[in-house]
Amino acid sequence: MLCDQCGERDASVHLTTIVDNEVRQQHLCEKCAAERGVETTVSVPQHPLSVFLHEAQQQVAPALDGGKCTFCGTTMSDFRATGRWGCSQCYVVFEASMRELLRRVHGNSKHVGLAYEPPAPALDERSTILGELKERLRRAIESEQFEVAADLRDRIRVME
Amino acid sequence: MIDLSLLPDGGVRWLDASGPRGDIVLSTRVRLARNVEGFAFTGRARDGERLRVLAQVRNALPSVEGMADNIAFRVDELPVLDRTLLHERHLVSKELAGLDAQHPLRSGAAVFLADRLGVMVNEEDHLRLQAMQSGFALEQAYAAVGRMDRALGERLPFSYHADFGFLTACPTNVGTGLRASVLIHLPGLVLTKEIGKVLASLQQMGLTYRGLYGEGSEVVGNFFQISNQTTLGRPEEELVSRLHGVVAYVVEREEEARKVLLRDAGYIIEDKLWRAYGTLRYARSLTFDEAMNYLSGVRLAVGLKLVDGLSVYTLNKLLIFSQAAHLAYAEGRPLNENETNVARARFVRSTLERESGAVG
Repeated sequence: MLCDQCGERDASVHLTTIVDNEVRQQHLCEKCAAERGVETTVSVPQHPLSVFLHEAQQQVAPALDGGKCTFCGTTMSDFRATGRWGCSQCYVVFEASMRELLRRVHGNSKHVGLAYEPPAPALDERSTILGELKERLRRAIESEQFEVAADLRDRIRVME
Repeated sequence: MIDLSLLPDGGVRWLDASGPRGDIVLSTRVRLARNVEGFAFTGRARDGERLRVLAQVRNALPSVEGMADNIAFRVDELPVLDRTLLHERHLVSKELAGLDAQHPLRSGAAVFLADRLGVMVNEEDHLRLQAMQSGFALEQAYAAVGRMDRALGERLPFSYHADFGFLTACPTNVGTGLRASVLIHLPGLVLTKEIGKVLASLQQMGLTYRGLYGEGSEVVGNFFQISNQTTLGRPEEELVSRLHGVVAYVVEREEEARKVLLRDAGYIIEDKLWRAYGTLRYARSLTFDEAMNYLSGVRLAVGLKLVDGLSVYTLNKLLIFSQAAHLAYAEGRPLNENETNVARARFVRSTLERESGAVG
């Protein structure tokens, strides 16, 4: 879109004014906007990160508010209160809202850095895995997620 | 009290100002946030889980290059003065040290330190791997922390998601988990009132700035910590090189500003800086902010070559060792505010007397 004033450069400033109860939209280039005294430079942010995060969280998929992480029991309102997720599983459980949140925070929701493959657990770590499963079972029962608990119990039986 | 003399150079080798542009850039730090799969993140974990994370890290670290002879501190078992000391030395964060009112000291909080490398355990994330370098040395710092990360990641399963990358408690760290920062002294830009513009342009480049102690700390003594704000959507190298480019530009602008100051206000600046030196050299009581501001002036004077015979190393030491916990540690007892200010003035005076030689 070209600038309404000079008709030469691309319009990057969109100005809404109200004159005599009439709303007018004007599209100006940076230069013409500056000539008319419209402030376009970014000022030093005074808002702490937490305020920004809080605002971003407020807009994130409220439909999922009822959900609970199957591993740690974190809910959306827990996240809203602390600004922190409870475990890696939260990223899977709240995936849809997570993408939107990450886009707001980073302008992007896709990792393009280092790829990573966790080490394969050694045989003697079987007991550790069993321990993790039992831990998850305990958590699932605590948070009354009985379907998850039943599934975990089956997996523990197979391993034992 | 803990014995930090066990650490090579007390864990603050970066103070020696040996790195590139050590006159303007004090230090460079790159940290990576990582979590161990199978446990809830630190804030949500129970005591037992945090202790198991700590045990796994303790087992894995000795076989990691550079960490074989690490020195470990169980931060959760230290009295508050020792924890403050570690924090003043930039070896642990405020949160890990339990000095942040919002985050009380957690069981399992620990730090493993080796030459220029450190691992905080049970901070906001299970692991905060970091590398510190003197001066402006982003590439070296990233290379060092990257090596530690790869070695540790082969021994411990890190939480990782194909789309989101390394998973962290706070969504602001997710992806690379990388925060690179440079501690930089910008008195020229502050005095010429150019600093606002420079700081605003950082924002547009996806960077941010903080005070001497990182997140939530105030800017004192014209010391700024410039770091990347976003961690997701760009590869690690690009985050690091982008910061490098911008900091190199800021250093250039600072040098220009210093030239302008000397040219347009030579004697006023000279007088101001000598007064700062005089105050540090003879004052009988100094608050922390006062000391930082006068030290900033003297540092500028050394940079402008208005003062001879005083090293940047001495000034860096004054910066760290004139803090409250360090003074109490040196005196061997807790100090109230007035006693701290008197002890600070005495310490600064005697250091300058001893190390400034024939200042002129």
